[in-house]
Amino acid sequence: MSTKTPNQKAWWLVMPVVVLVAFNAVIPLMTVVNYSVQETFGDNQFFFEGFKWFRELIESERFHDALKRQLLFTGIILAIEIPLGVAIALAMPRRGPWVSVCLVLMAMPLLIPWNVVGAMWNILALPDIGLLGRSLNAMGIDYNFTRQPVAAWATLIAMDVWHWTSLVVLLAYAGLSAIPDAYYQAAKIDGASSWAVFRYIQLPKMKRVLTIAVLLRFMDSFMIYTEPFVLTGGGPGNATTLLSIDLVKIALGRFDLGPAAAMSLVYFLIVLLLSWIFYTVMTKDEAD
Amino acid sequence: MALVRLKGLRHSYRQQPKTDADWAVKRLDLEWADGSANALLGPSGCGKTTLLNIISGLLRPSEGEVWFDEHDVTTLPPDARNIAQVFQFPVVYDTMSVYDNLAFPLRNRGIAPADVDARVREIATLLDLDAMLEQRAAGLTADGKQKISLGRGLVRSDVAVIMFDEPLTVIDPHLKWRLRSKLKELHQRLGRTMIYVTHDQTEALTFADQVVVMNEGTVVQAGTPQELFERPRHTFVGHFIGSPGMNVLPATFADGVVRFAGHPVAVATPPRTPPAGATLEIGVRPEFVRFGPDGIPVRVLKVRDSGRYRIVETQHDANTIKLLIGEDQPLPSDTAHLRFDRAHTQLYADGWIAS
Repeated sequence: MSTKTPNQKAWWLVMPVVVLVAFNAVIPLMTVVNYSVQETFGDNQFFFEGFKWFRELIESERFHDALKRQLLFTGIILAIEIPLGVAIALAMPRRGPWVSVCLVLMAMPLLIPWNVVGAMWNILALPDIGLLGRSLNAMGIDYNFTRQPVAAWATLIAMDVWHWTSLVVLLAYAGLSAIPDAYYQAAKIDGASSWAVFRYIQLPKMKRVLTIAVLLRFMDSFMIYTEPFVLTGGGPGNATTLLSIDLVKIALGRFDLGPAAAMSLVYFLIVLLLSWIFYTVMTKDEAD
Repeated sequence: MALVRLKGLRHSYRQQPKTDADWAVKRLDLEWADGSANALLGPSGCGKTTLLNIISGLLRPSEGEVWFDEHDVTTLPPDARNIAQVFQFPVVYDTMSVYDNLAFPLRNRGIAPADVDARVREIATLLDLDAMLEQRAAGLTADGKQKISLGRGLVRSDVAVIMFDEPLTVIDPHLKWRLRSKLKELHQRLGRTMIYVTHDQTEALTFADQVVVMNEGTVVQAGTPQELFERPRHTFVGHFIGSPGMNVLPATFADGVVRFAGHPVAVATPPRTPPAGATLEIGVRPEFVRFGPDGIPVRVLKVRDSGRYRIVETQHDANTIKLLIGEDQPLPSDTAHLRFDRAHTQLYADGWIAS
């Protein structure tokens, strides 16, 4: 029989992780919580304000507008990138020399730094010298993303689709590759149509990776900052001022740390809540 | 139900097969009778699954034809061939219920809902799946899933041949036996042509009336389990079937007498003309070797008790000879003499039976 003697030295083994998590997550988060209930003035003076910033934020039209824009943007992004990514993954070859070519091509946009993506599209879309902007105008389409809200949105969405659909493709492709040949053979023998193969074999088998894809794309697009900042800077007007851009404007532009902290927390809670809803809905069946 | 015939069949996975080894299945002709229970037995990589996929239409043979009764089906896709196949790993449609899984092949063929329902319930009863028809197929155990795969083949009344590709690989040992007897029972009740691919001799010999033994892409022997046991056409069959396998001993042939290490050995069918330059071997199963007062002198090495009999391992120079003796029979110690049962002792030339 062996008795376990408590060895307090074991605490030292978990210390690195505790320190990392503390500095990485806990301390910054608690600092934000601390700011969110105080008014700051220069010279490091803080005054307790309670839930004042939260109340103001919830009632502010500006926040509502940014949130609506954010939800619309994320909704459009998911509606395009998920089906498109699945479609591309289905069309990709499953065997042979083209597999690696396709995979490398697909991975390319993911390897480009985000601000470079923004800069690339900015130049590409410039109405006077950009390839895209000039071509569109030459075709008789009045296009100027720095002045037209619709054009700015279209450019922003095209850029995000170009940048991130690959991620969905790679995840969906991984899911598809994991399906044993026997499933396709059995379906062939059962006389299943290609739609039935997709509906009853490929889609169910891709479900887990698609859950991850939806969650990643949701969170990333909901928190998107760099690309729209470089491309449009939130304009024209406030047309593409998404939540994160607005947040930075308040926090760094005006140094209103209290309201910015309150907004960060509400922002964080919205992301958390929506992620939880997505996850619960998408994994509901497996619990049965 | 159908008679299955393979005519001049050959298959290679390469575009331009050059050497003999490039052929996964070497030229063969085979015939399986209507309503028969057959097994394709062989070690991994012997070409048995290739052959199965050719019959089911998942593969097009490089050469030769596949006939079901009076129809050449070589160019037909699987769904036009009226075949059913049960794979090594159970294939079920996860999101569907057991009922919908069984109904799937019928619905795909546009069968009326009332007929689908009747057929599904009939097959579910046959497979003892009634109680779980409304359950989701994903939640079933491996043997339940394998029953569903089988059921999807059985529901179709037009199925010509049902094929099994090592269907018991992932089944728990104690359920293997049950599922195996279920298969046998189903064959007797339905009388469909069945082809069962396996590398397990017990599965093959208990299931099938006719066993085809394959090795390195060729059919080594086709026959009843008894023929395979009593008169293996090739030393490979002797090795592969039987536990322990056949004793294979080096032999010489001169003046009409077959000898092992100088001792004359009487064989069942002595060859008339000795095959020139061939490697000669004597094959005799452990079941047909006995201790005797005289014969081949050996040393007793090991004894292993298998429950019903004892396996005795003896040695003559560098050659090991195994024999089986009953639990109550006396066991000579150290040295002894062996005798081979003439009717079951064969001479092999280059592996093939010489007669």
